[in-house]
Amino acid sequence: MTTAALRVEKAGPTTSGGPQKERRRSIRSPYPSWFYIPAGVLYLVFFALPTFSSFYFALTRWTLFSQQFIGFGNFVQFFQTPALTQGFVNTLIYGFVTSAAKVVLGLGLALLLTSPIFGRGYLRAVVFFPVLVSTVGVGLTWKALLDPFHGVVNQVLGFFHLPQPGWYTDPHLALLTVAGVDIWKGVGIATLIFMAGIVAIPSEYFEAARVDGAGAWQVFRNVTLPLVRPAMATVIILSLIGGLRSFDLIWAMTNGGPGFSSDVIASVIYKQYQAGFFGLSTAGNVILFLVVTAIMLPVQWFLNRREAEL
Amino acid sequence: MTFRRFTRKYLLGIIAILVSVVVFLVPFIFIVLQAAKDPKQAGLMGFTWPTDWQISKNFIDVIQTNDYQLLAAFINSIVLTVVSVAIMVVFAAMVGYLLQRKRTRLNHLVNFLVLAGLIVPPAVVPTIWVLQGLGIFDTLVGMILVEATFGLSFAILLFRAFVATIPRELDEAAIIDGAGAMRLFFQVILPLLRPVVVTVVVVQAVAVFNDFTGPLYFLPGSDNPTVQLTLYNFQSQSVSQFNLLFMNILLITIPPLIMYIFFNRQIVAGMTSGAVKG
Repeated sequence: MTTAALRVEKAGPTTSGGPQKERRRSIRSPYPSWFYIPAGVLYLVFFALPTFSSFYFALTRWTLFSQQFIGFGNFVQFFQTPALTQGFVNTLIYGFVTSAAKVVLGLGLALLLTSPIFGRGYLRAVVFFPVLVSTVGVGLTWKALLDPFHGVVNQVLGFFHLPQPGWYTDPHLALLTVAGVDIWKGVGIATLIFMAGIVAIPSEYFEAARVDGAGAWQVFRNVTLPLVRPAMATVIILSLIGGLRSFDLIWAMTNGGPGFSSDVIASVIYKQYQAGFFGLSTAGNVILFLVVTAIMLPVQWFLNRREAEL
Repeated sequence: MTFRRFTRKYLLGIIAILVSVVVFLVPFIFIVLQAAKDPKQAGLMGFTWPTDWQISKNFIDVIQTNDYQLLAAFINSIVLTVVSVAIMVVFAAMVGYLLQRKRTRLNHLVNFLVLAGLIVPPAVVPTIWVLQGLGIFDTLVGMILVEATFGLSFAILLFRAFVATIPRELDEAAIIDGAGAMRLFFQVILPLLRPVVVTVVVVQAVAVFNDFTGPLYFLPGSDNPTVQLTLYNFQSQSVSQFNLLFMNILLITIPPLIMYIFFNRQIVAGMTSGAVKG
């Protein structure tokens, strides 16, 4: 009875009067390909189409209503303007500094928070708190805390007679200050992913290592580190992508300043857009695209390869 | 040995707690204290106890600013978050499920596109051009569709990894019982995806609610403010009202905080089953 009912029901929605073969296939596969379509349409219209058209618009002088083809003029302009070139360099510094710090600190915190220490539940919650606050909120809060004259941080430093740097007013420090706040905000996610990775390691491995007389460092080096590699790959990939594209924290804290000292490609894109240079802005986007892809493809390949070897 | 274990457990814990208070709690206490001060004292930026405790006055003041703009922004942000995350979850679950269950030549292409969606930075000005062409630029509908699209890739990765843990026998049993493709997915599979659904909902809801760049580009002007835009505009308009600024920060942190308190455990569980293996 069930088979017959199934046959009738399944044959209904498929192409009417289709050949017997096709009908039988639809019975065997209850996984209709049209499940791709809803997501696919969104992806095509709001992601793929803008991305592909950006390669053309980057070569134009563009106002959204009219466009004039100017070849590689935008790119020439981008790399000839010192401020824009600095944005390029800053993007790389920012991306690698934040990503490296999140890997190291995240792994350290995850090790600490998966070991049986006092106050573990509280510590886990508090490390994750900054993730919940909006980037703009975090930026404004740290701007107040790091205020060169009234800020709490410099007040404390002054109390101990330590130098009180102009955290985001000193051109040499501004980019790293923002990177530091980014690490403060994002380390909770890295810690969470590492914690999930460490918890997933079967406890027999640790027991076996201890029976063999391995010390804490040896256990970490030879058991935890290799087995936590999938989590590490996730953290590196996510934080690197986020760091290279970062915009909102920089915009909330410094607007790319002082001067252009904390500008990254993403903030340059916004400034050019704001000024009405849509073609130049889109060229910046294409450059960001090339930078992120050129870095992420080898990183992805390398991380996946190491994973496969395990 | 026992002494060493004791120091490991308690001493390390106490040091960690002290460091965490300085590094993580002080900024939050600072936000709350600033939000409770009067304008003059808040302007000093000090880490001091409010002399004049006026938390409810600041609350009312910040809500009334610009004709209750913050309330409108809250409604917009919540609608934006709920609808775009709902779209994201259903569409991404469908793709993740199909990617895992059905092996065809299409899989390579779809996997590549998902990865590209995760890595490639969105081309913002051309997206504005597309939205204008569709007549939905600077509208909530346009913003919802854009946010849903930008979150798809990450959600698909989580779903794909999790579907692998659901035995195929279950599908077969449902089919023998006469379920069609739609019923199989929506009534059998989707409920089983619950742990990842919770993870995706929490992570993406926090991301969409806290997104600043998206509304900055795609919802300009003051017709459709979101909470993040309101906060950003507030700080550039009134330099002297730091008490209201921090009250604003405090208020817009509450919705994500509530989500986190409710779903805290499930997030870690979902991450364990999805993100790390994927």
